[in-house]
Amino acid sequence: MTLTAAFFAIIRRDLLLAFRRRAEMANPLFFFVLIVTLFPLAVGAQPQLLQTMAPGVIWVSALLAALLSLDSLFRSDFEDGSLEQMLLSPHSLSVLVLGKIIAHWLVTGLPLLLVAPLLALFLGLPEQAMGTLWLTLILATPLLSLIGAIGVALTVGLRRGGMILSLLVLPLYVPVLIFASNAVDRAASGLPVGAQLNILLAMLLAALVLVPLPTSAALKMSVN
Amino acid sequence: MSVIPAAVSRFFHRTASSPHFYALADRFIPWLTAIFILLLAAGLYGGLYLAPTDYQQGDSYRIIYIHVPAAWMSLFIYVLMAIMGAIALVWHMKMAEVMLVASAPIGAGFTFIALVTGSLWGKPMWGTWWVWDARLTSELILLFLYLGVISLYGAIEDKRAAARAVSILALVGVVNIPIIHYSVQWWNTLHQGPTVSKMGKPSIHVEMLVPLLLMAVAFKFYYLIAALQAAKLELLKREASSQWVKTLLEKQA
Repeated sequence: MTLTAAFFAIIRRDLLLAFRRRAEMANPLFFFVLIVTLFPLAVGAQPQLLQTMAPGVIWVSALLAALLSLDSLFRSDFEDGSLEQMLLSPHSLSVLVLGKIIAHWLVTGLPLLLVAPLLALFLGLPEQAMGTLWLTLILATPLLSLIGAIGVALTVGLRRGGMILSLLVLPLYVPVLIFASNAVDRAASGLPVGAQLNILLAMLLAALVLVPLPTSAALKMSVN
Repeated sequence: MSVIPAAVSRFFHRTASSPHFYALADRFIPWLTAIFILLLAAGLYGGLYLAPTDYQQGDSYRIIYIHVPAAWMSLFIYVLMAIMGAIALVWHMKMAEVMLVASAPIGAGFTFIALVTGSLWGKPMWGTWWVWDARLTSELILLFLYLGVISLYGAIEDKRAAARAVSILALVGVVNIPIIHYSVQWWNTLHQGPTVSKMGKPSIHVEMLVPLLLMAVAFKFYYLIAALQAAKLELLKREASSQWVKTLLEKQA
């Protein structure tokens, strides 16, 4: 089997596994909607206030939803031993790991795009910001999966890694949060957002190249 | 043949053995302590007594003699940790692991001091304890990065594996620190610009600058002392059942 074939086999396998457990797939989505719903209840339903807060609220919720879904990235593979098989395979672990991250994003990150319009409606986000919200979600949710993968790989061997995972990963999410929510915020007031989107794209490309290396090193450490 | 002289490489090989490192640390600590106390006394005397009062901020600017060196140390130690992490991952040097693990709480301590003194200075200057200013915020995130390192090390039972995990995390963190720093700076800034490292002439009076630099060097020596002490303890814990620890205990009993 060539490396490319192995890469796509990993993606296909993970997608298949995810579709067999559809209920689990929907959980981060419901969580995302639920958190956004909590904000009007907590701060009051003044449309003006909600509109100013909308980009930040949507992005913090997306961050938390991504964080919640991270644990499923390597957990089941670690428990049933397929992770060890991946380590033993003749192919580069970094590439296989990248396949797993992509599959994870397709299952947990991409669906967030579907509910984003609903949330924008809830919070009264201006229509002109919708396109930018989608763009930032497309660019930045893969970043969340990528950065998170390092944290998961470091903590997958722990019985209660959840708390530590958030402590490791959330500080690294700060730049993503800043640029993504700022882009939506500016788009809502009709300002240009080219710089923010370019930086997000640059971070995404850098992460695509760099992240698999520490992730595979950390997985080797966790499995031993 | 190797470019490194035999004496140097022998020194490194011997330092890599735990009992030798332990004895060496014991021998260095009194000297380091003496230098630290001298520098600290000179720096504090110069900073709190000799340096002139600032025409705008009065005497409250004098907190920089703690705040600025602590902030420098907070970043310096994280970078050092990443370097030790790289050494530990590439050459599997046990002492690099031990020093990395020993440095994390000290770095977190300096970060905390920088935050607290910054907040104390902010109260009379900005009229509030906390501002979401760029440098304060990135210092706070740095504190979270340190806490992540400490708690990850604590959570993994096997300490060799924990040290490797922490090395990877320190490397990932050090790549991210500039990104975090600049993104936060871009996000918002209220902080007064850097006064020491400005190109050309620093915008600080020499009588104020010299004590500041003395304090910065004193803090570096303090870090060395604290890290060596913590590394000694870590070694004793890790190798509690080995022969050299038993001999050591018998000798001291």
